[in-house]
Amino acid sequence: MLQTATILVDGVIYSSWLFLVAAGLTLVYGVMRILNLAHGSLYAVGAYAAASSITWYYAGHYPAAGSYLVLVAAALVAGAVASLAVERGVLRWMYGRDEVVMLLVTYSVLLILEDAIKLVWGVESYSAYQPYQQLGKVQFGAISFASYDLALVVVAAAVALALWHGLNRTRRGKLLLAVIHDREIATALGINVTRVFLATFVIGGVLGALAGALTAPVVSVVPGIGIEVIVLAFAVVVIGGLGSVQGALVGALIVGLARAAAVHLWPEIELFMIYAVMGVVLAVRPQGLFGAPAARKI
Amino acid sequence: MAHAFRTIRSAATRDTLAFVAAMIVLLVAGPLLPKWLAYIVTISLGFALVVAGTVVLMRAGLVSFGQGLYYCLGGYAAGLAGKYWNVTDAFVLLGLSLVAAVAVAAALGVLLARYREIFFAMFTMAFSMILYGLLSRSQALGSTDGFNIAKPTFFGHAPAEESVQIWIYSLAVAAGLACAVAVHRYLRSGMGYAGDAIRENEIRVEYLGVSVYGLVYRKYLLAAALGGLGGGITALASGHVGPDMAYWTTSGEFVFVALLGGTAHVGAAFVASFLFEIIKTYAFELAPYTWQMVLGVVLLAIILFLPRGLWSLVGAGKARR
Repeated sequence: MLQTATILVDGVIYSSWLFLVAAGLTLVYGVMRILNLAHGSLYAVGAYAAASSITWYYAGHYPAAGSYLVLVAAALVAGAVASLAVERGVLRWMYGRDEVVMLLVTYSVLLILEDAIKLVWGVESYSAYQPYQQLGKVQFGAISFASYDLALVVVAAAVALALWHGLNRTRRGKLLLAVIHDREIATALGINVTRVFLATFVIGGVLGALAGALTAPVVSVVPGIGIEVIVLAFAVVVIGGLGSVQGALVGALIVGLARAAAVHLWPEIELFMIYAVMGVVLAVRPQGLFGAPAARKI
Repeated sequence: MAHAFRTIRSAATRDTLAFVAAMIVLLVAGPLLPKWLAYIVTISLGFALVVAGTVVLMRAGLVSFGQGLYYCLGGYAAGLAGKYWNVTDAFVLLGLSLVAAVAVAAALGVLLARYREIFFAMFTMAFSMILYGLLSRSQALGSTDGFNIAKPTFFGHAPAEESVQIWIYSLAVAAGLACAVAVHRYLRSGMGYAGDAIRENEIRVEYLGVSVYGLVYRKYLLAAALGGLGGGITALASGHVGPDMAYWTTSGEFVFVALLGGTAHVGAAFVASFLFEIIKTYAFELAPYTWQMVLGVVLLAIILFLPRGLWSLVGAGKARR
């Protein structure tokens, strides 16, 4: 009973992190039909920027509560700058090409950004544990959870709500949904798809950087943290259906709970478990839980 | 003699003879080459085999970001057989690399042959990262450091310390170029051209009565076999295996070289691999932190300006158009 509760809470915590990482990826794919492998690097950029900012912030003896604002601000700025650079500098010249070619393009951006990160921040590890530590722990009977992790769940829920509201209740969001449904008709209707692409990519990048920034206090930030993230994020996005944000939410929950169960019961099969779950979902519904079946053109 | 060569009508025979001639030249020149060059040729042959496998899949429109899985399996199979079963015969070790790779591919291919494009690319990447995760967490197998491999023997004969590298070199040249001929003839056969047809319009191929799933499965097995063999050769030549043979950067390098050479001709894979190894050796010394960035920029340049790879610069590509 205790173990089930722990698995549930751990699962939800991990799911919130997964959702934050995967939301940007699925949004970019839905709108632009580009599976952005560089999303992992944007995540890493957010993490490094946050780690540096936190280190600077605490060296300056500012009030501890403001560190969270610094985290978020660092993510927003770093994510926006990096994704703008990628979209305007590289992707803009490549639109309209085959999906696999775009995959290779984002792969080269990943390679470039990985080394750019090493050039800017070096190869030593950064740690910015203070925001994590200063919130302390919460006791539930015999088990305790870090308050930071529980706060992450709240943040993820807030981001999900904001995304839902932004996409479904604002005019610009509905334009985005229109582009997701049918790009050609959207262009014919006069929607400036180029600007929509730019906005989407920046939002996706900022979300990825935010996920990285919020993770920075929990792990030690080293080169290569972006790469493991892509493999996981892809599994989540595929389960939920490429392009669907609610799919990313449900996929994150499923993967998070499956992984928590694996970690507590049989740790070695952790990554297998995630991909086994994905295999099962795809066997039943090849387009993912919320994906639209695509018509095959002959 | 060049004229006589050109009068051979069949291009396939011409190319086969070219490969065989290259094999003979390399074998003869082997003992005369400086050791560092012979080593680079050996390593690049192992690398080129995996790239050839990637090219076979790319011809069918499938980009595999996970050939490192079989490269690593082949290497570890050779290493583990030496470590736990005391097998040292180079031919047996390479055979084991092949078997290990094909066995795993036979299982994974059942799942993977159903997918195309992005799904195929990402699933192959995922499986190779799973192997990486398993190996780096396994203390018994040396964790992230990997382990060393003892010097191989050849049909019972254990060469002296100085000449082992030449024996491995000769084995690599013979095996590598034999595979090159095999893959070249495969790509020019019915099954090979069916791959191009699959890339262009899979449904029509299905309507023509060819099982696309079966064909893709077999191509995946072939690519895995080549990957395992390449991994085995690299393991024997370098004397060391590690989990980073399965890391995404290694697989990415295979894709990069496949695109660099182009998918028109298998020979391109071998030439491009050799160039890549030479450049990599110097780049690591001069600029270790910008190597990946250079790769990324060059990859973008190839996609933009040379989508058919370097081979399109060579006359053979132009003449046929």
